[in-house]
Amino acid sequence: MARPLDVEALPAQAPRATAATPGASTARRWWRRFARNRGAVFGLAVFLAIILMAVFAGLLAPYDPLIQGVGPANAAPTWTHWAGTDSFGRDMLSRIIYGARIALVVGLGAVLLAMVVGVALGLVAGYYGGWVDVVIMRVMDGLFAFPIIILAIAMMAVMGFGVKNVIIAVGVGFVAPFARVTRADVLAVKEEPYIEAARLAGVPGPAIIARHVLPNVLAPIIVQAALRVSGAIITESGLSFLGLGPPPPTPVWGSMIAEGRNFIVMAPHISTIPGIALMVTVVGLNLLGDGLRDALDPRLRR
Amino acid sequence: MDPVLEVRDLVVEFTTEDGPLRAVDGVSFSIGRGEIVGLVGESGAGKTLTSEALLGLIRCPPGRVSGEVRFRGRNLLALEEPALARIRGKEIAMIFQNPGASLNPVFRVGDQLVEAMALHLGDGRGALRRRAAEILTRVGIPSAATRARDYPHQFSGGMAQRVMIGMGVACAPGLLIADEPTTALDVTIQAQVLSLIRRLAREMGMAVLLVSHDLGIVSQMCHRVIVMYAGRIVEEAAIATVFRAPAHPYTRALIACLPGLDDGGRLGAIRGVMPGLKAVPRGCRFHPRCNLAEPRCAVEEPVLRPAGADQIAACHLVGTE
Amino acid sequence: MPLLAVEDLVKHFPLREGLLTHVLPGRRRVVRAVDGVSFTIEPGETLGLVGESGCGKTTTGRLVLRAIEPTRGRIVFDGEDITARPPGQLLPFRRKAQIVFQDPYTSLNPRMTIGRIVAEPIRVHRLATRRELPDRVRAMLDMVGLQPEHAGRYPHELSGGQRQRVGIARALAVGPRLIVGDEAVSALDVSVRAQILNLFVELRERLGLAYLFVSHDLGVIRFVSHRVAVMYLGTLVEVAPTAALFKQPLHPYTQALMAAIPTIGDGRTSIFDQPRLLEGELPSPIDLPRGCRFASRCPHRFARCDDAEPPLREAAPGHAVACHLYEGG
Repeated sequence: MARPLDVEALPAQAPRATAATPGASTARRWWRRFARNRGAVFGLAVFLAIILMAVFAGLLAPYDPLIQGVGPANAAPTWTHWAGTDSFGRDMLSRIIYGARIALVVGLGAVLLAMVVGVALGLVAGYYGGWVDVVIMRVMDGLFAFPIIILAIAMMAVMGFGVKNVIIAVGVGFVAPFARVTRADVLAVKEEPYIEAARLAGVPGPAIIARHVLPNVLAPIIVQAALRVSGAIITESGLSFLGLGPPPPTPVWGSMIAEGRNFIVMAPHISTIPGIALMVTVVGLNLLGDGLRDALDPRLRR
Repeated sequence: MDPVLEVRDLVVEFTTEDGPLRAVDGVSFSIGRGEIVGLVGESGAGKTLTSEALLGLIRCPPGRVSGEVRFRGRNLLALEEPALARIRGKEIAMIFQNPGASLNPVFRVGDQLVEAMALHLGDGRGALRRRAAEILTRVGIPSAATRARDYPHQFSGGMAQRVMIGMGVACAPGLLIADEPTTALDVTIQAQVLSLIRRLAREMGMAVLLVSHDLGIVSQMCHRVIVMYAGRIVEEAAIATVFRAPAHPYTRALIACLPGLDDGGRLGAIRGVMPGLKAVPRGCRFHPRCNLAEPRCAVEEPVLRPAGADQIAACHLVGTE
Repeated sequence: MPLLAVEDLVKHFPLREGLLTHVLPGRRRVVRAVDGVSFTIEPGETLGLVGESGCGKTTTGRLVLRAIEPTRGRIVFDGEDITARPPGQLLPFRRKAQIVFQDPYTSLNPRMTIGRIVAEPIRVHRLATRRELPDRVRAMLDMVGLQPEHAGRYPHELSGGQRQRVGIARALAVGPRLIVGDEAVSALDVSVRAQILNLFVELRERLGLAYLFVSHDLGVIRFVSHRVAVMYLGTLVEVAPTAALFKQPLHPYTQALMAAIPTIGDGRTSIFDQPRLLEGELPSPIDLPRGCRFASRCPHRFARCDDAEPPLREAAPGHAVACHLYEGG
């Protein structure tokens, strides 16, 4: 039976490039698709900016973020203090820059943790099926039912505060979506003939999962990861806002917003500037995630 | 007698990331009343796109269709959508490979038939329902009146295809386009469906354009054959001629590839693969795979020229014998 | 001694009906996909297994490799009862019998290079050291007509025919004695199909391979098989050497099948104009009729056909049929 024409109504005879396979021309194509989405490029720029800020905070920040009284308290933005000062006379701009560090560490850390645990669970549940699948997925369902912030608060109440605990708390909250997304794709990939071929060649189960299943379900996982980083950052900010984040005087955007609450009328910049930083970061990362998904998706759903 | 369908210089082009690509590159042919013409080629040759272009089924953009498609005198490519919609289903019908995909799963089959006819014929519902039952009987579905109340999933592949044929011929079209109508069916069911098409064509004086990759089917169904390769026609001939004395090397090679029921030893195979749109060779498109290629074939593209009594082929070697 | 002997192989798939069927008494309904199939394959022989969709030929191919577990029956490979082995101990068997799949586009892992795909079975069975591996892979690629540089490419860079060659190389890598071809050429274009069929024949002659070639295409079966087994609704209806089957098909179903195949005609008469075509549809494999499964569509049906299922019996030397027409007496 001749192969029917493919989706784009172009003859399928010439082999077509698919997403994550190496080769200079496919990478370039990928980039072209991605670059066409202006939002995604903006998101990428934001992401890179955050990384730069986090890594080179020492070089970029004009003042030490912890030293009080480098300027008058609650001063509006001026040439010496581009983002003004807070109620302790600390330079806002430096605090924003150092705050990016925490945001990034928590964002990436939590997502990495969630990814490792969630993907492992999803792989096992999807590939082996049966009661293993049922047990794992019901636990995931339970986890899903909790709003992440409540879960995080509960965990922090038990574990105590500190950056490490925030990462764990937020990470646990995100395990369920990773497990689900992974499992869904594993179920599809499991049915492909090349999996059966591996089985019939005598390849043992864990090797099949590692060599054949995992590489073929990576694409949606990466997209999930990109989309969740912003959620992790928001959750972390929320926790800090509530006072459950890293303790003061650590510069964290969430607690900075909280500190500015009392001065909203006379010195709005103390709350709004970190708020804007947070918003730009989150929107940018979301756009990046969307862009990645759009660039990868039509190729993956082959 | 005037041909029912006359296609002249049909071109179907797509704008892609690599620039414009021509999937159908200057195709011309005609079909007479009651004639069954086979459009044959391997996947990627452009035969399905050709048939879709006739009815304006190609999305433009990214596609672009040019040329002339005269049906009963009118150029279909010049018509706007409402006028085309009136022709589709009524004067030109099309059936596809997968009947399951063409029938709406949530409506009863009889209702879908009535719907198809109501669009084009003015009769009342009662009359249309009776006609629907008649059509189902005519296409060989037993207990038509009862079956009309069934849903598509209750029909097997062969039966569903019969229903599609019924819907196609319900308004007595002048032309039926059948695109690989039996590729998804078993051999014995395929025989039933194809013989049905043949019978209807004869009874209704309907012309048929049968698109297929299967030379065997085409040889048993059609009066004339058009062979396509890489977007162009390479040979066109009456059925008896093309299989007895194929003129184009590709046609010959294709016939030699078929394991017939009286065979042995090695199958004739064609080395290489049909070129994709981006890699069309200079000169004759088939020459890299042709055993008889001459230096001229790599430089100059051959045009269709007479090769026999009612046979034309696009090959430099034709006409020199 | 035959390389493969299949005895009364049965595979019933349970129907997943509502909860109540698990609770209430009475027989659960099953799909009788393979319902008592027996045949043998000699070393180096190709048995073509042909039939239309739903006849159970693909399932039979899978059962023979124990890719699916049989419901009942015995499979004896190289003198050993494979069905008796626990599933975890099939590794040695996996070396001796392999499969080539239908779809070249999904039978190769898109994220692995060709070299790794072909190397994997060699590594799993430890048939070569790490240093020998690249040479083994190269040898396999060469045997199927691919170039050494293909080893570094990915499946999507190859054409359908080339991918199918990779699938064959992967199957050959462990040095099997039997290969099950599961519609191995059905998804290929006509001209490529011919290339791959030629390759199958060449490999068989070079390596002494036996094939169980499953296909719905009689023309392909005719070309590649020494003997042919025709399946209908889960049982074999006729088994004979290729030449004998095509010269004189005995079972009415085989005859109908052959009459329905469009081969290149003379352009004057058409098989589609003949009234002798098979009417009716396949009965459901869940509610099978009591007598002969083909009776409902058979032009020669008589009383006996509705009562008892005809057994597969030899009607001529080497030529077996399951039909009451040939039951002596």
